[in-house]
Amino acid sequence: MNVELVSPENVLWSGEATQILARTLDGDIAFLPGHAPFIGALDIAVVRVWPTDGEPVAFAVHGGFVEVSDSSVSVLSDVAELANEIDVDRAKAAQERASAAVAADENDAAAAAANKRAHVRLVVAGATSDAH
Amino acid sequence: MPGGKERILKRRIASVKSTKKITRAMELIAATRVVKAMVRANQARPYASRMTSAIEDLASGGAGLSHPLLRNADEVSAVGFVVITSDRGLAGPYNSAVIKAAEREIMATQTEGKGYRLILIGKKARDYFTFRNYEVEAFFEGMTDTPSYDDAKEVALQVAEMFTDGACDQVILTYQEFISMGTQQVAVRQFLPLESLGTMAAEGSGSETGRAGYSFEPSPEGVLESLLPRYIESRLFSALLDASASEHANRQRAMKAATDNADELITKLSRELSRARQDAITTEIMEIVSGAEALGGDADVDDEIEGSVEVDFASIVAGLTAAPEVSSASATPSSAPFGVGSHEPLPDNARPPGFTIKGNNDSMLYHRPDSRSYKVTIAEVWFDTPQRAEAAGFRLAGTHPKNT
Repeated sequence: MNVELVSPENVLWSGEATQILARTLDGDIAFLPGHAPFIGALDIAVVRVWPTDGEPVAFAVHGGFVEVSDSSVSVLSDVAELANEIDVDRAKAAQERASAAVAADENDAAAAAANKRAHVRLVVAGATSDAH
Repeated sequence: MPGGKERILKRRIASVKSTKKITRAMELIAATRVVKAMVRANQARPYASRMTSAIEDLASGGAGLSHPLLRNADEVSAVGFVVITSDRGLAGPYNSAVIKAAEREIMATQTEGKGYRLILIGKKARDYFTFRNYEVEAFFEGMTDTPSYDDAKEVALQVAEMFTDGACDQVILTYQEFISMGTQQVAVRQFLPLESLGTMAAEGSGSETGRAGYSFEPSPEGVLESLLPRYIESRLFSALLDASASEHANRQRAMKAATDNADELITKLSRELSRARQDAITTEIMEIVSGAEALGGDADVDDEIEGSVEVDFASIVAGLTAAPEVSSASATPSSAPFGVGSHEPLPDNARPPGFTIKGNNDSMLYHRPDSRSYKVTIAEVWFDTPQRAEAAGFRLAGTHPKNT
């Protein structure tokens, strides 16, 4: 099936793939060729793509959509990053800052989201284990 | 030597040349910018088109969609205007065209008795509308040159808030649409409520056949909730990108025209300068020629005067040198350097009449007409007889001093 990862400013990745794993607001979902039409709002999470040939690719996707129709999958995201685009040091610093803010205030939604984003970035960059 | 006119022309040419350098540089910069802007607009297209198709799918598959952003007021009491212009000028009619279109819309709204809300992007729009005492709701700058998605988000948030708050019931977007390098046109589009989407949603909810069997996670409403703001952002983003490409294309054209005009002006001024210089040269030559002509007659007179003066002077000098002898030998003519019987040569070494003996002052020798070198000798003094020459201390040439 044809997979496209699109951000507002460019097409991040596109190609043929055998499987794609994403996480909607309801939970993880994997698409295989021939999946039924589907539209889902994405959570801040890692999206993994298994291309037909080549190594699996991971993206840090910070919200957006996934649409499945006619055996093609489009992931639309405001911010999506490939592993090599992620600044690990910055993400680590951001995570520390955000977790400190969360520890100080349980209800700080912005800090929680920042924490999540930093974590996802680190997972994609391979700097930390993928603790779902 | 440049005259006043030439100096002025030279200065003007220099200033036009430096202006031309600037406009040429701006033209080149704009040319590269417009290409970049086009590339960005093209790159942004997939997202916008997928977003639209997702919304369409959602509308065709979802039931009873309602969202504050789809609110369709029965009666519009106020209209919001989003006007996209540039921060900088020198882009030809780019800004004024957009501003004029927007102002026309605003006036039409006012005559219908509706209020208006202005959201301005770009300094040019702000300058225009604040100067004319329009009420400005929000103003953004520094994003029209190379708009980022975050810029679009910022504006979209403001627009969406204004709409959902009920401050206005309709939002109109005014910007310049980029069609091609050569064609850009002012677009006045309804931005909110999402009209096509509203009808799509209504149709989708109405007809079961429209459903394409989509499943939604978490729910159609949940998806719409997060999809609509993004849809607005992406539409605004593509408008910003279009406006940016249009701005650079307009600037390139304007600067090209300016450079061409400068070239033309330089040619014209250079021609004028050449003419002025030629005029100056002609005048100068005329002055010299007429001056020389005027002097020409006088010059001859002068020569005569000078000649006569010289003659007088020479005779005076001769008189002076002869003076002591005059006193001793008495009654000698002024032209007789060695007393009576001697005579100085006439002009052109001619022989004074009655004098036949040639004398040489340096050697103190005299030549008789029968002497061997008489003919070739140029007389410095003439004597009438050899005796007179001998008396003046001269010796006959060709004779030994002892023999005399």
